[in-house]
Formats: sequence, C-alpha cells, structure tokens
Amino acid sequence: MPKLKSQNDSPLVPMPTDSYIPERDLGKSPVLEARHLGIDFGGLTAVDDFNLTIGRTEIAGLIGPNGAGKTTVFNLLTKVYQPTRGTIMIDGIDTHGMTTAQVNKLGVARTFQNIRLFDNLSVEDNVKLGMHNQIKYGMVSGILRLPSYWKQERIAHERALELLSIFDMQDLAGVKAGSLPYGAQRRLEIVRALGTNPSLLLLDEPAAGMNPSETAELMENIIKIRDTFQIAIMLIEHDMNLVMGICEGICVLNFGKVIAKGTPEDIQSNPVVIEAYLGKKKEA
Amino acid sequence: MKKLKKTTAIDFATYAGVILAFVVITVMKDQGMLTRSLKGQLVPICCYIVMAVSLNLTVGVLGELSLGHAGFMSVGAFSGVVAAMGLQSAIPSEPLRLAIALVVGAAFAAMAGAIVGVPVLRLRGDYLAIVTLAFGEIIKELINCLIVGVDSQGLHLIFNATGTKGVSDLGLLEGGKVLIKGAQGATGTQTIASFTAGFILIMVSLVVVLNLVRSRSGRAIMALRDNRIAAESVGINVTKYKLMAFVTSAALAGAAGALYGLNFSNLVATKFDFNTSILVLVFVVLGGLGNIWGSILAATVLTILPEALRGFDDYRMLIYAVVLILVMLATNNPQLKALLAKLIPHSRKGEEANA
Repeated sequence: MPKLKSQNDSPLVPMPTDSYIPERDLGKSPVLEARHLGIDFGGLTAVDDFNLTIGRTEIAGLIGPNGAGKTTVFNLLTKVYQPTRGTIMIDGIDTHGMTTAQVNKLGVARTFQNIRLFDNLSVEDNVKLGMHNQIKYGMVSGILRLPSYWKQERIAHERALELLSIFDMQDLAGVKAGSLPYGAQRRLEIVRALGTNPSLLLLDEPAAGMNPSETAELMENIIKIRDTFQIAIMLIEHDMNLVMGICEGICVLNFGKVIAKGTPEDIQSNPVVIEAYLGKKKEA
Repeated sequence: MKKLKKTTAIDFATYAGVILAFVVITVMKDQGMLTRSLKGQLVPICCYIVMAVSLNLTVGVLGELSLGHAGFMSVGAFSGVVAAMGLQSAIPSEPLRLAIALVVGAAFAAMAGAIVGVPVLRLRGDYLAIVTLAFGEIIKELINCLIVGVDSQGLHLIFNATGTKGVSDLGLLEGGKVLIKGAQGATGTQTIASFTAGFILIMVSLVVVLNLVRSRSGRAIMALRDNRIAAESVGINVTKYKLMAFVTSAALAGAAGALYGLNFSNLVATKFDFNTSILVLVFVVLGGLGNIWGSILAATVLTILPEALRGFDDYRMLIYAVVLILVMLATNNPQLKALLAKLIPHSRKGEEANA
C-alpha cells in the first residue's frame, strides 16, 4: 500500500529517498518535514542527521532500543530542545527559533512518556487548557464576567465533554486529574493534546503500562482519532503488536541515527533492525 | 477518586462571610462594643487581608515565591498619600480622593511589578524570591531619600541621595505643604481611610482574584504551577501569564498600601520591611496555598492576636509563636482533619477543592 516517494528537490544536499508516506497522502503537502536534524549535548551527539516526512493522515511509528534518542526527537520537534543542526517544517513553515507554544499553535500537539497532567485541576479544566488558544476572551472579560466569558466558557464546556467522550470519559469531567487511575491519565493526555486542534499528534509511549485488552482498545481509538480528525499521528512505542498493527510507516532509531525506514513488513525483515534489537548472530 | 466540588459555592461562601463580618462589625462599632485598640486595627486588618489575598495569587496560584510583597505595599502607600494630599484642594470629596489614591497606588505598584517581573519571570527557579527580596530593600532605601512637597504650582520632588538636601530645597511657594520628608516619611497626612473603604477594597480584590482564577487566564496560571512543560506544550505563553498574575498581585498590594498609608498621619518607609513581607507570607502559608478564604481568616486572626495577647506582656510574642506552631501542626494532623470532616461535612469538601 505505501509507496516510495523520491524527494530529490535540492541539488546541494542529497535528500533521503527512503521516506514512506501513504498513497492517499501523496498529492498533499506533508504535515511534517524534518531535514538533517541533529542535537549535541556538550560533546555528546544525541540525535544526528534525522530525516523524516509525515503525510497528512499518516500513522507513523518511531521505534528503537532504549536510549536511542526517540524522546529527544519528540523534544526537538516540539522545540523543548532547540536543534543544533537541521530544519523542521510544519505545514511547510520553518520553525527555526520558535518556542514550544508557537510550534503548538502551528499544529503540533504531544503527550509525555512520564505523564504530565495538571494534577490539581479537574479533568474538564485539563481539556479546556488544551483548548486554551481556541477560547477567545481576555483577562478583563474573565474578571468582569462579560457576556463573551459566559458564551465562550459554555462552548468550551460542551467541546471538552465532546472530546472526553472519545474515550468515554465524560463522566469523569469533575474529577481531579491527579487522582485518576494510570490508564485514564494517559487517555486524558491524548484528549488534552487533541484539544489544541492539532494537525500532527505526537504520542510518547501511549500504551506503556496497559494490559493487552487496553492496548487493543487504544489501537482502535488511535485509528478512530485519525479518521475523525483527519490528522497525522506519530508514536513512540515498545509494544510491537501496536506498532506493527497500526503504523503505516516506521522509522527505526539507534544511537541517535536512523538505521531503517519503511513499511512494517520491510522493518520486520530488515537485518540491521534485528541486529540493533537482538545483537549480531555469532558466526558458528 | 476525588471529586472536585463546585468551586463557585466556595466563592459565594467567601463573599457571604466577608459581607456578614462587615455588617456584624459595623453594628458592633456603632453600639460601642469594640475596644479602642480593636477599632484602630480595623483598617490595618483590611489592608493585611488584601495583602494576603494578593500574595496568594503569586505564591499559591502561580506557585512563585515572592519575598518583597511589602515593597509593593510601600510603593502604593507613598504614591497614594502623595495623590490624596496633592489633590486635597482640587477634590474636596474625601471618598472620591481616597478612591483616586487607591487607583494611583495600584497603578504605581503595578508598574513596579512589571519592572521587576519582565526580566525575572523569564527565568526558571528561585530567582523571583531573590529579586523581590532585594526589591523590598531597595524601595525602602529609595523612599528614605525622597522629599516631596506640593504647592499651587504642582508637585515638587527631590531625590536626596547624598543626604545633604532638605525640605527648604523644594522651593515651595507660600501655602505649600511637605508631603514626604525623606527618612521621616509621610507626615501630616489627612487620615481619610475608613473601614467601609477597606471592606470595599477586600470585595474588589476578591472579585479580581477569584474571577481571574476561574477564567481562561487563571487556568493557564494554575497550569504553569502544576506543570510548566505541559503548559507550554498546549500553547500557553509562559511569560505572559506569569506576568499577568504577578502584576495583578502587585497592583492589589499597592491599593492595600494606599489605604494603609491614608490611615495614619505619620508613616515611615521602614514600616514596609522584610518582616512585613514575611508576615504576609505567613498569612498565606497558614491559610493554605491557593486557598483564598484561608488567607482572609489567617490575616484577621494573626493581626488581632498580638493585640489580644497584650495582657501576657513580655511573653506576648512567645505565645504568638506557639499558637502559630500549634495551628500548623493541627491543620496537618490527619486525625484532626478526619474529626473536623465528621463535625462539619462542608469543611472537608472545601478543603479538597482548595487542596
């Protein structure tokens, strides 16, 4: 199904020719284009020459052994770290020098490996915070409770419940986020990220700590989210059933470098990937 | 799983409590049931309540430590006194002049807040505590050097940095008045502050703080406190909302300072020193971080307590400290909390919502 797409559009820098995007997204501009991305921490190169293109409605996977630099890539894409080298284009806009908040406004939302919710606020407030930039009224309207406050808050309330209903969580709206069970906290992070109205959703180990039936439900929900919102999703995950089950393109990272890219079938049979995960076969 | 109670109910209970207390105290005052010392405490208590509520916005809601809140009070007090006294002939109506003085005090304190906040709130860590601590001391020294007078030509102002200048250097025309005399502070201020004005100021600051906290901006401020990285990831402008909370907090402290300054005919800058900042911080911590009605209660009790303990003479401050420690231990005791919850079912819900 996915098809090879050549990107030799710059004569100076050789472009990688092994980025996969699904066939249905070929006519549209990609949602994300990372070129020669790299970051050094002091003398340590954490990520080097990372290239990736993600199609408009693609579900992409980022896998690799522990410490390969997967979360660092997410932190680079969301500008938690400023890259030392390379460019990141979101919807064709260069994000050079932008802050995390500005990149979010361009349409990149994320969840975190170690859950980062607003623990002391209610579930509903967490989702409304995701919708922060869609709620349009200022500080003065809020303090004086002008009509715009009541109107916008009502719309936000309805929208928050609607988003929570994706995971059947609308009954938990009044609960304190910090007291939710682990799985529900992970789902709430996804809902909060969706609240920002993203075009690219980055999920950092969404299935961590979930049992097989919860994981299966999550897989369905990820596909449901992609189909409903028509957005691209990129996920880091160690659960290979999930990755191979729903990802259309997979990028394998090891020691900060991309060692393979392709469809799940390509990756599964790629000897370099097998070596990275299991080590080299000893010659008999 | 903890269910959050509807926060609006707690807000209304807070407003109702303040209004009720105001009515009761006004009636008692008119009946002559208050002692003279307590009557003299009424306006300062109002000021300290506003100070505690406003500092709670920075410390409890935003989660940044400020050790110079008295500095903003000082800026508000002296600019308010100058405004009220300078306009004495132009505006004869006392309540109107008081209102203008409060607004001027708030505006100047807000400006000071912005000057401190703009560079410091960009940093992460404990820098705000250090800089506000320094700010409080700097303001004290600056006002000690200030000589201000007014006459028919307008305001005259000297900055007496070398210590060689005096009141005569102001060059006041006949009929002019000296408002601030350097280290002697503001003297001969007409005391136009009233308990009613204090009550109105408390209500205004409650409306500002509570409505801000329950709005879009307040949510963003609390999000920064709970998790800055997550807040940035949903597109919240960190510096903007930190500054919003900090400047609002400074403005309210300035208004409280103006009211305080107009309650005494003499006021020196050393009144607003580090001890005052810490005192207000104690109100906030004791009342509970982010808990507005707790701040009001703590400010009231801890302002009255030293006066009420006058009978103990030399042991007054010792007993004050012991009471403080006992209250802190008691409010942290799980058994006592459970007992309280059984006795007053509402208090438990309130505590959870404000936890």
